[in-house]
Amino acid sequence: MAELNIRERQAGDVTILDMDGKITIGEGSVSLRSAVQRLMKEGKKKILLNLANVSYVDSSGIGELVSSYTTITNGGGQLKLLNLTQKIQGLLAITKLLTVFDSYEDEATALNSFK
Amino acid sequence: MTGETTLLRFPSRVEAIDDATAAATEAARRSGLPEDVVFGIDMAVREAVTNAVVHGNGRDETKSVEVGVTSRGSALVITVRDEGAGFDPSSVPDPTDPQNLLKASGRGILFMRTFMDEVEWERHPEGGTVVRMTKRRGSQ
Repeated sequence: MAELNIRERQAGDVTILDMDGKITIGEGSVSLRSAVQRLMKEGKKKILLNLANVSYVDSSGIGELVSSYTTITNGGGQLKLLNLTQKIQGLLAITKLLTVFDSYEDEATALNSFK
Repeated sequence: MTGETTLLRFPSRVEAIDDATAAATEAARRSGLPEDVVFGIDMAVREAVTNAVVHGNGRDETKSVEVGVTSRGSALVITVRDEGAGFDPSSVPDPTDPQNLLKASGRGILFMRTFMDEVEWERHPEGGTVVRMTKRRGSQ
């Protein structure tokens, strides 16, 4: 069973990645990285990561979220987070990254925030 | 279980990190620590084992990571030993410093120090580096 399953859907010009599983060193982090790199190549630069079903993130997973953010942002795009669990919020607070990411609790508001 | 040490050995493969973390976490749970504390121990042990596999042993599968768990009345002590050449924790940049915030790595030790009460590194007399992490009972 894959550590991280990613389902992709489109809402206008925003790509939503619904993630299910763990974003940790190894397979999970690689899956996220591959998905974001592929979207960049396809010219899809507005990305919303839905973390509602992400059960576990380690420091490598946090690093992968940061890498995804910098890859998209440096490429002129936007990457935002949706449905942070309490645990993930806690980890982003510990790492002082809460103010770096735009994060939302409902999809409609998140989608409207993309410029 | 009081004063008893569980010692487990794992190969230096990323795939073994889950097994090592699960074993330590289960020992923590059996020692009677509450679930929110067990979560923090899980996070800290995962980072320590990852560092041992990736940095200490360079993902060399011929080298092992040894995880020790000792439950005492007052605290749970977890050790993670690698076979590496040594490590200076003061050489790791602060990941919460603004100039480091967007770096892709370097947050593992921060998690270890956040979730455990004490974290110390020392050279093992028979070689390798040992990180000793302590969680006192009753602390958050």
